[in-house]
Amino acid sequence: MSQIKSLADLRKKREEIRTGMDIRIKAIDPENHVQIKVAMATCGIAAGAKGIMEFFVEQLDRRNIQGVVTQTGCMGYCYAEPTVEITLPGKEPVVYGYVDLKRADQIIEKYIKEGELIDGIIPVNYETIDSKE
Amino acid sequence: MLTLALNILDIVQNSIRAEASEIEIGVTESATGDIMEITVKDNGIGMPHDLLSRVTDPFVTTRNKRRIGLGIPLLKYHANLAGGDLMIDSREGYGTIVNVTLKLSHPDRQPLGDLAGMMTILMSSNPGIDFLYTHKTDRGKYRFSSKEVRQYLGIDHFSNFSLLTDIKEMLNNNLRDIGASGFN
Repeated sequence: MSQIKSLADLRKKREEIRTGMDIRIKAIDPENHVQIKVAMATCGIAAGAKGIMEFFVEQLDRRNIQGVVTQTGCMGYCYAEPTVEITLPGKEPVVYGYVDLKRADQIIEKYIKEGELIDGIIPVNYETIDSKE
Repeated sequence: MLTLALNILDIVQNSIRAEASEIEIGVTESATGDIMEITVKDNGIGMPHDLLSRVTDPFVTTRNKRRIGLGIPLLKYHANLAGGDLMIDSREGYGTIVNVTLKLSHPDRQPLGDLAGMMTILMSSNPGIDFLYTHKTDRGKYRFSSKEVRQYLGIDHFSNFSLLTDIKEMLNNNLRDIGASGFN
């Protein structure tokens, strides 16, 4: 179709796609999806988090992986930005630092698809002393 | 931060943390007046007066993980470099307005950058927030409301990649039509 300039154009394009496949936009159940949080504070944005987030959004779709990509604030690892927190269904979150496009690709191929940990993990302890008592 | 779009993306994070449900982003550029104006307005919790008076200080923040906050000071620095300034006004319980002016033709003014990409990132990762984006130039005005798009398409959120790609294309086409910086 021609260029998309209006909401009507946008809806027409959606309808064209819908006729070919069922891509209804359903409510997302985070418990059963891979959750990806990209740190998007000043430090993260300055280090390239926007491009990393766009990469994850695009590649999850292209590789047909059910996932939710969201942004979060500073996780306190400014030295290692861009940082990305990945939570596989039923597992504890893992935070990866110094994420460039190559590492982001490895995260998808190795960790998200295979569950295999890769380099770049930032050790994180989510438990406090109080909660251990 | 290499572009103004990245700076705006950063400033909007303050509005998100301030629990805003509506965030308005406005960009006005006038070649005849040689001015660019950027406004970020939210309906979040706002700031107390004492914090407002110190908010451009990089060692002032509301966070507790690290005691510096560079978003506002960085944007103010870039505005000052381009012959402009940053003003901020806030009222507890009502929201905050950040207003930035820059000299459009100034050689040190940062490029606007990927505004459409900025919008799609904000929309996709903040489903509970309505974003209103307006862009005015000497040639025209473009207005985009994420709420109107959701209602028009009958969707709850913007997680679908092909939809985000189409929205990005729509934004870029309209910005090109009004001769926004970076498209002419």
